[in-house]
Amino acid sequence: MQLAFFYFFSGLSILSALFVIFFRNTLSAAIALVVTLFGVACLFGLLEAHFLAAMQVLVYAGAVMVLFLFVIMLMNLGREELLKIKLAFLGIIGVITGVCLAILLVTRFMGLSAPLLSLDLGVEYGTVKSVGKLLFGEYLIPFELTSILLLVAIIGAITLARKPQS
Amino acid sequence: MEKIVSYLVGHCEKLQHLPEDFIYLALQVVAGLLVLMLFVAPFAGIISFVERRIAARVMDRVGPNRVGPQGIFQWLADGVKSLLKEDIIPAQADSVLFRLAPYLVFVGMFAAFVVVPFSSGLIVADLNIGIFYLIAVTSIVVVGIMMSGWASNNKYSLLGGMRSAAQIVSYEIPAGLSILAVVILSGSLSIQSIIKAQGAYPWQWFLFQNPLMPIAFISLFIASLAEGNRTPFDIPEAESELVSGYSTEYSGMRFVFFYFEEWANLYLIAAVSTALFLGGWNLPSAVVSWAQTKGDVLLHLLQFLTFFIKAMVMVFIIIQLRWTLPRVRVDQLMALCWKYLTPIGFVVSLGWQLGWLYFLRECLWSVM
Amino acid sequence: MNSYIPLLLLFLFGMILAGAFLALSHLLGPRRKSKDKNASYECGLEPSGNPHDRFSVKFYLVAMLFILFDVEVVFLYPWAVQFKEAIQSGMGSFFFSEMILFMVILFVGLLYVYGRKAIEWE
Repeated sequence: MQLAFFYFFSGLSILSALFVIFFRNTLSAAIALVVTLFGVACLFGLLEAHFLAAMQVLVYAGAVMVLFLFVIMLMNLGREELLKIKLAFLGIIGVITGVCLAILLVTRFMGLSAPLLSLDLGVEYGTVKSVGKLLFGEYLIPFELTSILLLVAIIGAITLARKPQS
Repeated sequence: MEKIVSYLVGHCEKLQHLPEDFIYLALQVVAGLLVLMLFVAPFAGIISFVERRIAARVMDRVGPNRVGPQGIFQWLADGVKSLLKEDIIPAQADSVLFRLAPYLVFVGMFAAFVVVPFSSGLIVADLNIGIFYLIAVTSIVVVGIMMSGWASNNKYSLLGGMRSAAQIVSYEIPAGLSILAVVILSGSLSIQSIIKAQGAYPWQWFLFQNPLMPIAFISLFIASLAEGNRTPFDIPEAESELVSGYSTEYSGMRFVFFYFEEWANLYLIAAVSTALFLGGWNLPSAVVSWAQTKGDVLLHLLQFLTFFIKAMVMVFIIIQLRWTLPRVRVDQLMALCWKYLTPIGFVVSLGWQLGWLYFLRECLWSVM
Repeated sequence: MNSYIPLLLLFLFGMILAGAFLALSHLLGPRRKSKDKNASYECGLEPSGNPHDRFSVKFYLVAMLFILFDVEVVFLYPWAVQFKEAIQSGMGSFFFSEMILFMVILFVGLLYVYGRKAIEWE
């Protein structure tokens, strides 16, 4: 049962991720991205990572998608205008990032052998409490640094969007 | 849930061959669909009729009174009528997204009702991330609303969708911060255990736990009104400017889905504030022990009534507000959210922690 | 048993139910297309201009600020759940100061938003 769901949702995510790439219409691509992110959330749910699943829906399928949709509508670029943007440079960056990510993932998963879905996990596993325990114990410093990252992002967003005050 | 499963297994021989997991699964799905069909949908219909009658009272008219005695079947007639209407898809619209948007809105709202409790035992699924799940799934509705605005290929729809999305996402911050105050108090995200942490009497409710809680309650109330696009925050549907906002181009059943979302949301707002601040379904312990001697059904019925009456009081307050207050301007809307409610939310959750820290320290000292 | 499978099924059935209503309405309702009926509604006038016009940058700013503060609120939840236990185990002050630091930094961000008048919608 679990396995069937796993294949269903991973298939769904991969398929809609392909749609994101191949749709001509940017808005349709964005909607396909919602499906991808939602599929990933379902995978988190299947792995008993409940809090992460809800967070994935809230932050990615909700908040980030709203931003994407706003930006797409804000720019509203036609085909001609899109073609003007030089894609070669972006393509190179994309390929480099992709290769790095692939290397990272392959090396990470080479070490794993246990079947992920049938592990007998504790009752606490994946709950908000256990996430909190890790976040405010072991990973306290990264957590505090996150606040600075968020602050930088706030300042950056405002600087980008506002004209300098005279 | 266990009781129902063991009852079913005991009384139905065919079921004994099936794995118990499967029965649970089927039961939960059936329960969810029943909640939708027998509670949410009729509620959304009936309350639309009730609101029209109240609005008529406020405006000194009669309101719908022809279908059935006092017009109580008006909502059914409306439903059947929209079922028989043509489903118009504008020629210029992006037809795939146009068709898809009402589904997202409908499913987002329906999924939220999975964690809404009716009594101590009646809940489709008491998730351990309960209230957080609710915040998460309702954010799917925003995507649906923006899609409908864009796909309609209509200026009013697009503006309405954009305004609505901006408003909903802005008010999610103060709503999240107010709910946080409750989570700190209860130490759990599950809605049932939040209710269990309170009591039957008003002084045991989270609303009166400390001086900051009423502030959290009011800011949650305002934020959820704004998230539900209710007056005085209904600028996405300001009919004098935007016709009907994002639902302008919709007709027939698809239009009904948007309105279903709006009315169902009314109950959702009321149920969440009842569960988090107003003690939920808690009954005085004397009543509980009396009801238990008469059987579980009575107990759950009483608990449901307690919850439902509290929620209905909230619903009527919201309806009354709609017909009392004028609509706010868009700049006032944004200022209220970012300049007042968000800092208040910060202060409430922070101040609360501070207060509790010192209060508890005193307690410890008095024990020693 | 994973408690989230029923949820996923419910999502699916919700979709099917919505689809069933729409199919029913499709079967029962009339279908008479006409040029005027299928045109965009613009208060009875001929539609003019591009309906997908460019938008104000304010919307982008609101969405961006929303994400940032939303992430912050999400971080607060695991903390809030633990706060009660932490106080009982005598870790309250430590736990409190962890969060105060986090919140104060973000509050500075909020003050910056006010200072630059980033959310004035006049």
